[in-house]
Amino acid sequence: MNTSVRPFDAGIPTQTTTPENPSWRTTLGNALIITRREVRDSFRDWRIIAPIFVLTFLFPFLAQVVASSFSGFVASYGAQIIGDRTIPFLLMIVGFFPISISLVIALETFVGEKERRSLEPLLSTPLTNTELYIGKTLSAMIPPLVSSYGGMAVYLVSLLTGELQWRPPAMLVVQIILLTTVQALVMVTGAVVVSSQTTSTRAANLLASFIIIPMTIIIQGESAIMFLAPDAESPNGIGALWAIIMGMFIVTILLLRVGNAVFNREELLGRTIDSLNLKGSLRKIGHYIRAVDDQGTPARNVIEWYTRGMVVSLRHARRELRIVFVFFVVSLVIGYIIGNLPGWQLGLPSDLPLREAATNLDSSVALFFGTDPIIGIFWTNARLLLGALLLSLFTFGVAALILTPLTYLIIGYIAAQLAVSGYSPTILLSALLPHGIIEIPIIIVATAVAFRLGAVITRPPKGGTVGHAWTVALGDAIKIFLGLVLPGLLIAAVVEAFVTPAVVAAVLGG
Amino acid sequence: MIESHELTKYYEDFLAVDSATLNVPAGSVLALLGPNGAGKTTTVRMLTSILAPTSGSARIAGYDIIKQPAQVRASVGVLTEQHGLYERMRAVEYLDFFGRVYKLDANERKKRSLDLMERFGLTFALRKTLGEYSKGMKQKLALVRAMLHNPPVLLLDEPTSAMDPQSAKLVRDAIIELQRDKRTFLITTHNLAEAQELADQIAIIRHGQIIEQGSLADLSRRIVGDPIMELHTREKLNGAAATIRELVTVEESGDHWLRYRVTDPNLTNPIVLRRLIDSGVEVVSLAPMSQNLEQIYLQVVEDDEAKGRKDEHLR
Repeated sequence: MNTSVRPFDAGIPTQTTTPENPSWRTTLGNALIITRREVRDSFRDWRIIAPIFVLTFLFPFLAQVVASSFSGFVASYGAQIIGDRTIPFLLMIVGFFPISISLVIALETFVGEKERRSLEPLLSTPLTNTELYIGKTLSAMIPPLVSSYGGMAVYLVSLLTGELQWRPPAMLVVQIILLTTVQALVMVTGAVVVSSQTTSTRAANLLASFIIIPMTIIIQGESAIMFLAPDAESPNGIGALWAIIMGMFIVTILLLRVGNAVFNREELLGRTIDSLNLKGSLRKIGHYIRAVDDQGTPARNVIEWYTRGMVVSLRHARRELRIVFVFFVVSLVIGYIIGNLPGWQLGLPSDLPLREAATNLDSSVALFFGTDPIIGIFWTNARLLLGALLLSLFTFGVAALILTPLTYLIIGYIAAQLAVSGYSPTILLSALLPHGIIEIPIIIVATAVAFRLGAVITRPPKGGTVGHAWTVALGDAIKIFLGLVLPGLLIAAVVEAFVTPAVVAAVLGG
Repeated sequence: MIESHELTKYYEDFLAVDSATLNVPAGSVLALLGPNGAGKTTTVRMLTSILAPTSGSARIAGYDIIKQPAQVRASVGVLTEQHGLYERMRAVEYLDFFGRVYKLDANERKKRSLDLMERFGLTFALRKTLGEYSKGMKQKLALVRAMLHNPPVLLLDEPTSAMDPQSAKLVRDAIIELQRDKRTFLITTHNLAEAQELADQIAIIRHGQIIEQGSLADLSRRIVGDPIMELHTREKLNGAAATIRELVTVEESGDHWLRYRVTDPNLTNPIVLRRLIDSGVEVVSLAPMSQNLEQIYLQVVEDDEAKGRKDEHLR
C-alpha cells in the first residue's frame, strides 16, 4: 500500500469565476480551447489525415493533368470553350472533395463523442452550450477547409505554371472559394443537427444522406451553371453562383440557429434511444390538440375546446402573430410603393367598363373558381395555406413568410394601379372587405401557425427539447387549422361568393 | 453545501426523479444508493446543471442550479458513470485541456496535475496516451480530472467501480482526506461496504423517489429496529437470561451467549450487566452487533416493493 503519498493541496477550493453571459471575446476564447483539442485529435487520426493528404497534394495534380488533356482533346475538335470551362469546374471539385470530409469529422466530433460517452465530462464544465457548439463546429471545419484551400492553391499554381494558356477570371476563383466555404458550413451545421437527433454514428451516417444528396444536386447544378451560364466570363462573376452563395449563406445561418438550439445539454443527454414511437408520438399530438391549458388538460366538450383550448394555442403563437402581421403590412406597403414606381405602372385606362363587370360578377367568379364558387374559393385559399404550412416545415418557417404575404404584395400593387389611374379606393375596398374581414385575420393566424411550426426548431423554449416544442406546435397547428382556419375560410368563401359581388355591384352600380 | 428541494425530472412522460430533497452540509459525504435506473444519475446531472429540473430547486455551493449553471459547474467536480476519456491524448495534454477549460493558469495547471497524478500513483503514465491506460488507471485519471480545479463539491458516480482493491483504498483515503478539508461529496455506488465506510448520510432512491434518508445509525434504528447487543459469558447462562427479559428483548441465545435488542444501550446495558453479575454470571464481552448497510438497504427496498404491490392491489 502506498502510504507515503503527498497530501492534497489544502486551502480554499478554487472558485472559477464564470459569468452567466460571457462576452463574445470570452465565448470565442473558450470555444477555441475546444477547437484546438479537437483539431489536434483529428490530425492524430490516420483516417482523416490520409484522405486530406491525398486530396490536398495529389488530387489537384491529377485534376490539372486531366484539365490539360481534356482541354487539348476537345480543342482538337474545335470545342475549346468546353475545355476552358472544365478548368474552373475542376477547381470547384478540387475544393469540394476535401470539404466532404468535414461531414465525417462533424459526425465524429458530435455523435462519435456522444457514443464514446466522452461528451458528459465536457458538459459538466462551466463552458456554455454556445461555446461548445462553436468550438466543435470550427474544429469540424478547419482541417477540411485548410485542405480544400490548400488543394485549390496547388491546383491553381500547377495551372499557372503549366502549359495551359487559359486563366480563370479572378472573380470566378473568388466565387468558387466562397462556394466551398459556404458548402462546408452547410454540411457541418447540418451534421450537428443530424448528430443531435441520433445516439450512434451508424444512425448519423444514415441520416447524413439528407445532407449529401441535396449537396450533390447543388454541385451538379453549379457545374451546369459554370458550363452554360452566359456570364461565365464576366469579370463580376456568374450571377447564378452569387445567388447560390447567398442562398446557402442564409441556409447556413438558419442551420446555425437550429444547431445552436439543439446543441444543448438537455437534448444531448436526454435522448438515449433512436427508436421511432409512432403510436406514442400520435398520442402526444392528439393530447396537445385536445388540451385546454399548458398542463395538457383535455377539453370536456367542444365549447371548452373553443373557448379555452383555442385561446391557449393562439397565445402560444402570439410572437409569430405579431411578426406575420408586420410582414403583411410591410408587403402591402411595398406592393403599393412598387405599383407607384413609373416603370411598374400598368397604365390602366380611366374608362374601364367597371359597371358592366359588376353586373357580370357572378360569371367572373365562376370563371376563376369553377361552377361551385364556394368550394372553389375555399379550396384556393386552403391550398395556399396548407402549402405554406407544409413548405414551412422544410424551410424553418421562411416559406410561410414569403408565400402568403406575396398575395398582399399583389393587393398593394393593384391598389396602387387603381389609385394611379384615378379610381376610387371604395372599388377595391368593396371587393375585399366583405369577406376580407373574416379572411384576412384567418390568413394571418394560419400563416403565423405555419411559421411557428417551421421556426420552432430554430428556437425551442428554454428548458424544453426541440422534439417537445415541435410536437406542441404541431398539436396547436392542427387544432387551429381544424377549429379556426378551415371553418373560417369556408365562411369567408360563402361571403365572397354571395355577399361580395352584391356589395361590389351596389358600389359600382349605385 | 448541497441543498435540493423537491427536485423533479420528467423525460417527457417518464418520471425519472420525483421530489428529491437532499441536504448535505459542507465536509459531509452523502451516499446515494439505489438499483440501476432508480434516478441516481439524473439526480447528479441535475445537481451539476447539465439537466434542467422539471420542477423543484437546488443550490450547490450557494449557487442556484437553474439560474447560475456556469457557477454551479465551476464549483463541482464530476466523475461520470462512464469516464469517457479522449483515447488519442496523453494524460498531460488531457489534464492541461481541462485545466484551460476551468481557467487555471499555466503554473496551476501543471502543479495540480502533477500533484494529483502523484497522489493517485499515475506519475509514470503522464506521457502515455489514454488508449494505453488500464480500466482502473482511466478511472483514477477521471477522478484526477474531477479534482483538478479543486472544487468544493464533488459528485462521484461509482468512484471505485473499475478499480483493484489497492486503488479503491487509495481513492477512499483521498475522499476521507478531502472531506477533512471541508470538501462535500455526493457518491452514488452499489458498493455498500464502501458507502458504509465513507458516508455520513445515506439516501436510498428507488423509482425516482428518495425512500429513506439519514445517518447510518438513524436508518438502522428506523429500518431494522433498536440496536442488537451480543453478550458472551464464561459459564452456561442456565436461565440467567430470564433476569433481564423485563429490560430488553432477547432475540436469540445459546449456552454461552445471547443477543438482545435494546432501545437505549447507554442506559440499559449497565443495568443488564449488574443483574447478570448479581446472578453469578461472569460476562466475557458485551458489544453491539455491527450495523450492516446491506441489511438496511435490502430491508428498505423490500418494504418499498411490498408497499408498491399493496398500492397496486388497492388500485
